[in-house]
Amino acid sequence: MYQAIVFLPLIGAIVAGLISLAGARARHPGGSASAKDQKDDHAHEQSQRDGVAHADAHSAAEPAAVGSRSAELITTVLLFIAMILSWIAFARVGFGQDARVQVASWIAVGDLRVDWALRVDTLTAVMLVVVTTISSFVHLYSIGYMEEDPYRPRFFAYLSLFTFAMLALVTSDNLVQLFFGWEGVGLMSYLLIGFWFHKPEANAAAIKAFVVNRIGDFGFALGIFAVFMMTNAVDFTTVFAQAPSLTGKTIHFLAWDVDALTLICLLLFMGAMGKSAQFLLHTWLPDAMEGPTPVSALIHAATMVTAGVFMVARLSPLFELAPVAQTFVIVVGATTALFAATVGLVQNDIKRIVAYSTCSQLGYMFVAMGVGAYSVGMFHLFTHAFFKALLFLGSGSVIMAMHHEQDIWKMGGLKDKIPFTYAMMIIGTLALTGFPLTAGYFSKDAIIEAAFATKNPVAIYAFACTVAAAALTSFYSWRLILVTFHGHPHDRSHYDHARENPMVVLVPLAVLAAGSILAGYPFKDLFAGEEIKDFFRGSLYFADGNHIIEDMHHVPAWVAVAPTIMMALGFLVAWHFYIRKPALPGELARQHEPLYRFLLNKWYFDELYDVLLVRPTLWLGRLLWKGGDGWLIDGFGPDGVSARVLDVTRNVVRLQTGYLYHYAFAMLIGVAALITWFIFRFGGAG
Amino acid sequence: MTITLGHYLTVAAILFTLGIFGIFLNRKNVIVILMSIELILLAVNINLVAFSSFLGDLIGQIFALLVLTVAAAEAAIGLAILVVYFRNRKSIAVEDINLMKG
Repeated sequence: MYQAIVFLPLIGAIVAGLISLAGARARHPGGSASAKDQKDDHAHEQSQRDGVAHADAHSAAEPAAVGSRSAELITTVLLFIAMILSWIAFARVGFGQDARVQVASWIAVGDLRVDWALRVDTLTAVMLVVVTTISSFVHLYSIGYMEEDPYRPRFFAYLSLFTFAMLALVTSDNLVQLFFGWEGVGLMSYLLIGFWFHKPEANAAAIKAFVVNRIGDFGFALGIFAVFMMTNAVDFTTVFAQAPSLTGKTIHFLAWDVDALTLICLLLFMGAMGKSAQFLLHTWLPDAMEGPTPVSALIHAATMVTAGVFMVARLSPLFELAPVAQTFVIVVGATTALFAATVGLVQNDIKRIVAYSTCSQLGYMFVAMGVGAYSVGMFHLFTHAFFKALLFLGSGSVIMAMHHEQDIWKMGGLKDKIPFTYAMMIIGTLALTGFPLTAGYFSKDAIIEAAFATKNPVAIYAFACTVAAAALTSFYSWRLILVTFHGHPHDRSHYDHARENPMVVLVPLAVLAAGSILAGYPFKDLFAGEEIKDFFRGSLYFADGNHIIEDMHHVPAWVAVAPTIMMALGFLVAWHFYIRKPALPGELARQHEPLYRFLLNKWYFDELYDVLLVRPTLWLGRLLWKGGDGWLIDGFGPDGVSARVLDVTRNVVRLQTGYLYHYAFAMLIGVAALITWFIFRFGGAG
Repeated sequence: MTITLGHYLTVAAILFTLGIFGIFLNRKNVIVILMSIELILLAVNINLVAFSSFLGDLIGQIFALLVLTVAAAEAAIGLAILVVYFRNRKSIAVEDINLMKG
């Protein structure tokens, strides 16, 4: 069963990929060599098809690839099967049946033994449910959303392949397999962001996402090496068993002794920072919104970006032993939560607002991870997946209704035009802002309480950041809703043409909305209450001194209600700004021009990195290209040698005048020289 | 003054040198080169005959006759080539004969 969960999406991806390849061949006949190898009796048919395809290529609108519908159906149905199996697995694991399924022996080199095994414990089961559920409904939604796209088989192949990589990541039994899934989702993220490859911004965003993730993955890979160096193993069971014996050990590096566990955790966390778009490595996430909206919902909200959180939770036995690394995690998480929320305040692109919100919520999860409340972080991951996917898909629904307009200032008054989407977005926003009894309320409040209750010295910073971010979250979320759906239409023509979307788009919204409400209360005790130990058992590790779960239930009452008050405050301010006095935000922006610019330009991080990193790198690259390669290697290397040979031969060629008397003269000189030599050599002796 | 072997050899050397310089200082036409070759052969012949008489050995003079024969044959072939060449290229000027140029 567990193999089926992981590999069904792969099968779907392969089938859809083959359909896509076949479609590509029909679209560009002769592009592949094998087309010419057709037998003679096929040649006629082939040429006929060529003619049709050429006619298509010249028509204005590209037709959908052949087999689009079947590709959609196959991948979606397989995903739904995987989802059902995942829920069964979740129930089974929830009742205490952990499993380890050996699929294959993968690498065996020297001391390095890596198996391809599926480790299914509670942590994995939670992720399985999240990934397959969101992915299934995103598949379903994409059938509607991508309706007009001619490259649907490729899209669905990517989506399914992504799901496979993500499942491989969460079921991994060792760090190498984790890394495989990690890179797999990174690759699919790249391909899906750049899915509309004719858009230059999409390509740039895809490259940016990939490169920024490489920085994190570099740290992650170093972390894996360090783990292997210290423990001689990469599989979790062995590593975790050895972890306590590593305390106090150091790694010697360039006359510099560092605490082994701290270094390992920091390096591994670097990977998490890249993948989960944490502060300093967050720049790719907003740009990733260039991809299709279902991709944003699946990859950049619900699953891939939470891989970092999952990884920290999975490696809790290591992080629990490295308090310095934990403090770092808290600081980064809290900073991200606040930073992203401030930037979200002033963005105008509907998807970017949600993207910054995602970034901010990931910060919350890392705060929970850092304070040692791993299950609470997982809880937020679980609930966040539902409501953030809902918000993204809802935004996508709005964008579809507005004919691919993403600027919220060109919307307005849409609640009458698309009431269902409006209702779903309201539910998503309520859950995101932590309205009582929605899913987000339980998980987010738990994180804020945990941040307050921790004994870590940076607790007060984390608490302040998360509470402030809660207010900001509420403000920008309601700003999005109020500007988009209320008030007067800002763009008449768009408004008049807006229409509610088909059922295939609305059903996933409804399901996720249900999840956004129901994912909270029934799971509260499992993730953040008394039943944690029974539910998570060995999959999460709480050190002996870690009483965070108990402490967080004994925080003062004002702490417990603080997020709710902040939520209400944010809503009131947003309502005041955008409904009662719509002129106020503009005035405020004018009065605080520098601050407004600062936030609008995302704290100038892109510009800063451009000056600090991109330009020097380009300069260095140019230097190495022009100077190193062009001048040095080409000048003195192969090209230089061949040029000198050519010079010499050119001069030698000039010796061959073709005039008889020149040859004769040369012969004479030669004879004279020979004779002279003989005379002096032998003549003297004779 | 008696004419000694040295005088014969001197004449032969002068002729030989004239022949050599005739070959590569010649800018006019190929016939001059052929004539220069004849001149060189004649210089050799004088040497052969002079040494033959000086040493009292007839082989040298016989060899001189042989050289004359070869020289005649060579002149015939050379002139024939020249005629063919002129027919093909409409010129036998040395300046124009540089087909072997690289």
